[in-house]
Amino acid sequence: METLAFMVANWSVILARTLEHLSLVGASIAIAICTAVPIGIAITPNPRAANAVLYAASIMITVPSIALFGLLIPVLSLIGQGIGYLPALVALVLYAQLPIIRNTYAAITNVEPALREAARGMGMTTFQRLREVEIPIALPVIVSGVRNAVVLNIAVAAIATYIGAGGLGTFISRGISQTDVRQLLTGAFSVSVLAIAADLALLGAQRLLTSPGLRT
Amino acid sequence: MIRLERLTKSFGATVAVDHVDMEVPAGEVCVLLGPSGCGKTTTMKMINRLIAPTSGKILIDGRDTAGQDDVTLRRSIGYVIQQIGLFPNKTIEDNICVVPDLLGWDRRRSRARAGELLSLVNLEPATFLKRYPKELSGGQQQRVGVVRALAADPPVLLMDEPFGAIDPINREVIQDEFMKLQAALKKTVVFVSHDIDEAVKMASRIAIFRDGRLIQYAKPDDVLAHPVDSFVADFVGADRTLKRLRLVKVADAMMSEPPRVTAEDTLERAVALMEEHGHVSIVMVGPRGRARGVVRLDLARGRRGTVGENHEPLPGIVAVTDDLRKAVAMMFQHDQTWLACVDDEGFYKGYITQRGITHLLGATYGKS
Repeated sequence: METLAFMVANWSVILARTLEHLSLVGASIAIAICTAVPIGIAITPNPRAANAVLYAASIMITVPSIALFGLLIPVLSLIGQGIGYLPALVALVLYAQLPIIRNTYAAITNVEPALREAARGMGMTTFQRLREVEIPIALPVIVSGVRNAVVLNIAVAAIATYIGAGGLGTFISRGISQTDVRQLLTGAFSVSVLAIAADLALLGAQRLLTSPGLRT
Repeated sequence: MIRLERLTKSFGATVAVDHVDMEVPAGEVCVLLGPSGCGKTTTMKMINRLIAPTSGKILIDGRDTAGQDDVTLRRSIGYVIQQIGLFPNKTIEDNICVVPDLLGWDRRRSRARAGELLSLVNLEPATFLKRYPKELSGGQQQRVGVVRALAADPPVLLMDEPFGAIDPINREVIQDEFMKLQAALKKTVVFVSHDIDEAVKMASRIAIFRDGRLIQYAKPDDVLAHPVDSFVADFVGADRTLKRLRLVKVADAMMSEPPRVTAEDTLERAVALMEEHGHVSIVMVGPRGRARGVVRLDLARGRRGTVGENHEPLPGIVAVTDDLRKAVAMMFQHDQTWLACVDDEGFYKGYITQRGITHLLGATYGKS
């Protein structure tokens, strides 16, 4: 009850924190899509390169987030950005690589060879084949990789408050340091709702982006 | 016209296609036939350069394909594969229009053409244009696969076991449809198959491959009547003579200008005619010459009356445009040694006998 009263009284701060959180996650995912999807496609013709890339990305995701933030501080200090928004963004972009690369790679390699052959035989260039056939068919699986990445990054971004990146994690960290259950619960609840809402929204987007011919 | 000159493809140490020379005249269907691994598919895929030849040349209408851009070349060649390969994310209409779209045709023109093409293969455009491939049966999908290859009206069509994955009943129907289409469009077709029956049915010429070499290249009837070696003979089957039945029309095997009687003729006249020709029965025709019935010598001899009062129904009738396979099937079915042959309108044109058929097929073997 107290928590609810706190939330009502501070709704504008919660909204501001939520927007901070979303902008961090949104920017990281946008950048990650631009890097991970092309990488996922580029490694399809070469299984050895694919293994190497997927392995590297899995190692990246195994590093605990707080450790990754720590590692980035000395590196980014060189350009005077040791803490704050930029290291948080860099870490999130790195974390988002694996789910998106893995799904893109799996989806493109799973496109039936016969479709690829038909596309080549009819005179499509590699680029046209990707645009007309492979990417549309792979899209549902790629978007589901993006969903994984978004949910993961909403969670990781909550920890980014410790390097001064703001976001909903602020409520949690303050709740802990001030032993204030209201703030703690507000932060935990908001992050959870945000993750669930983002996942559902992307599920809707996934349905919209899937050609009716591919729906089951 | 397609010409292959000393065409060779090796993969490492294995030679998949070995110095193949052949020519497919414009408007003909050439079936590349042979067991799996004989090089027939590799040969076909070198024509649209999905596989690059190791050496040798391919000329289409006199132009060397090696000098052309691969993508441009492929857009000018229709391509149908066994797995059909319709794009599941596109509607039937958009699937058919893939090559026209690549070529930058006006959208309205290509969509109109998609509708026309669908009706050519008996698929109602209004029903099917906006559907997705998964909503069609296998047979319907391959009909779309065939018309998709024809969409940009290419002079050359490559077909890689196109009907191999379709159930036998539908396969016959779709083969017949394709032959009808081909009779109208006169494309130069290279068709890969491992099914001798399909080859005999579809081919103007059959090219038989073995271990990458072209063993025999001839008209279907020649392949069946005169296989060049025991491999070809085995491949076409011990029943190759029966397969030839499909290639010969009733009109070519029947005795034409047969004797006939009408209902008003007397039995004496019928008997006299049969004795004159050495027949044991004679066909009765209607006033304008349609086959109506039959009179048998053993029943007519010594009796009086007219043919009209004493005829029996015809045991079996076959059309002059049917092939001998149908005629023989009908003979067996009705336990007859002869059949009356009629044209499309039912006019009596001749008769065909088991002896006549045996003789015709045997005569070809006599030559060799």
